[in-house]
Amino acid sequence: MKLLYFAWLKTKTGLSEEDVNPPESVATVGELLTWLEGRGPEFADALSDREAIRVAVNQSFAKNSDPIGPNDEVALFPPVTGG
Amino acid sequence: MIKVQAEDFDVGAELAALTEGNTAIGGLAVFVGLVRDMAGGSGISAMTLEHYPAMTEKMLAEIEAEAQARWPLEASLIIHRYGRLEPGDRIVLVAAASAHREAAFEACQFLMDWLKTKAPFWKLEETDQGAQWVDARSSDDAAAARWVKRDPDAAE
Repeated sequence: MKLLYFAWLKTKTGLSEEDVNPPESVATVGELLTWLEGRGPEFADALSDREAIRVAVNQSFAKNSDPIGPNDEVALFPPVTGG
Repeated sequence: MIKVQAEDFDVGAELAALTEGNTAIGGLAVFVGLVRDMAGGSGISAMTLEHYPAMTEKMLAEIEAEAQARWPLEASLIIHRYGRLEPGDRIVLVAAASAHREAAFEACQFLMDWLKTKAPFWKLEETDQGAQWVDARSSDDAAAARWVKRDPDAAE
């Protein structure tokens, strides 16, 4: 699974993208965020305020309950501020 | 038409190209967004717009298609820049053309309101206090929510 980080999520995790292989029990967006949080203090800090995080699966906005799979591109970012 | 680019754009040339050869167009509404030199009382020397290219193209195309479905548009255009911009620089252009003004005005406002809350761009401002990511505004969510269609069969 490919993960992308944007804006302050990129700053806090120190990553713009990475490939991950979460355990099979991680089947939804919400479960992925919880799994990521346990990977280290920088992830725990970046993901501490779930209300401030938006997720896109394969370039479309996703909810916590949406399913994810090994071939998905999952992006984590704050609420958008373009225009 | 969607254009996502680092370069500046010529408003007059873009609008002339958009309407050229289509004499069914009776009205063209345009919004151009510029970089301000102040935000929340702090001076801004520059801002950098980051985006998620694959999703930006997809979301802007969806937003434009939604506008085309809702209003009888003859032409529409969204241009959004990314990269480092300074006060006075153009950031975004949204244009909607129709036979009559009402559809053009409404579609232009709709395109801008939805772009603000759905297109994956983020602004990093360079201020006197250092660089900081711009927070999303609840007023932008409220502006976008005006255009959400009510399902007539939905329970109150």
